[in-house]
Amino acid sequence: MLPPQPIRPYVAGMMGQGQLSFDGVSCQRGGRMLFERLSFALEPGAAAVVSGPNGIGKSSLLRLAAGLLDPVCGAIWREGRIALADETLALDRHLPLATALQFWAEIDGGSVADALAAIALDHLGQVPVRLLSTGQRKRAVLARVIASGAPVWLLDEPGNGLDTASLKNLSVVIADHRARGGIILAASHQPLGIERALDIRLESRS
Amino acid sequence: MKALWALVARDIRLAYGRGGVALPIVFFLLVATLYPFGVGPDGPLLAKTGGGVLWIAALLAALLPIDRLIAPDMDQGMLDQLAVRGVGDEIIGLAKLIAHWFGFGPPLMIAAIPAAALLRLDGDTLWRLELGLLAGTPGLAALAIMIAAITAGLRGVGALAGLLMLPLAIPLLIFGAGSLDPQGTSALKLLAACSMLAIAIAPFAAGAAIRAARE
Repeated sequence: MLPPQPIRPYVAGMMGQGQLSFDGVSCQRGGRMLFERLSFALEPGAAAVVSGPNGIGKSSLLRLAAGLLDPVCGAIWREGRIALADETLALDRHLPLATALQFWAEIDGGSVADALAAIALDHLGQVPVRLLSTGQRKRAVLARVIASGAPVWLLDEPGNGLDTASLKNLSVVIADHRARGGIILAASHQPLGIERALDIRLESRS
Repeated sequence: MKALWALVARDIRLAYGRGGVALPIVFFLLVATLYPFGVGPDGPLLAKTGGGVLWIAALLAALLPIDRLIAPDMDQGMLDQLAVRGVGDEIIGLAKLIAHWFGFGPPLMIAAIPAAALLRLDGDTLWRLELGLLAGTPGLAALAIMIAAITAGLRGVGALAGLLMLPLAIPLLIFGAGSLDPQGTSALKLLAACSMLAIAIAPFAAGAAIRAARE
């Protein structure tokens, strides 16, 4: 078993170029308007951080971008494959981490070993998912996103529960993804160390 | 397509790996064992009614894991992740159907052999029972998947799922029990027809239910 390694660049398969843009999008959940006429566009290499108080619709915005929700009005353009890291784990809890990730890697065609190395989890590959700590789970979800090889990453509170070293690792992974033409849309209430990121602030409506 | 088979393989592994397969078999044999206690050790009566009892047992065995078919994957975000990858909800329903059948259909057909001995069924009846189970259990799996998807977002659905599924299974039960008769060839054909109808509807119904639960 390899010792934990701090930061290592990862190599994934060929990644197509992606694009994501919102054009006048409004979101309504349970009869309540969360935000209205939101527009932005992300080109390859761009990043955006969605911020705002709890319950303002940050996660809904990511689900809209992922195509899991339909906007009440406006249009969302997306190009290229999408990887979503939300609050759910989507890994079989009784399986070892590497095996659980392999299920998705088989569908996506990515490499689990490279993804685990990128997020410094390669020493936990044989540990059952249910035994992982909160921060390790968050990183396992990130490993799933990395292994997907998708150009568009949607990250919901990716820094939650991460220690300082993992946070630094996260920002390296994000910067690396952008350097290769990837797109990041993250929802976060804490600074993630993403440079030159578009700031999307959702204000509370009164 | 790759996702369909990956999902089927994973679900079958899940069903067989955690002893989930033993449950329908044990249940099936338990019914076959308890029934003679209930009606008395009357050989001809057992032989006459035993096949029908086994059909009811098969129906309940299909219903047994219903709360574990779709709901855990929905709660864990597996279904959302598949949707993000462009896998249609109908494909998910189809994969779940195939995997559920492999999880209880073949084990049940094996368990039917000792169960037939317990109920004094003769060789001919056992053969017709096996044929009927082969034709009918995919239909039962389809109904179970449909109901599992519809009730996936709810809490404590055990009894509700039964209430929803059992009436829908009446045609399968009638023709399944009918096919045990020596002149029951047409019943077997009707059983297969009902089963195919359920299989044709189930992926779309389950897919629509999964989509509706996402809102």
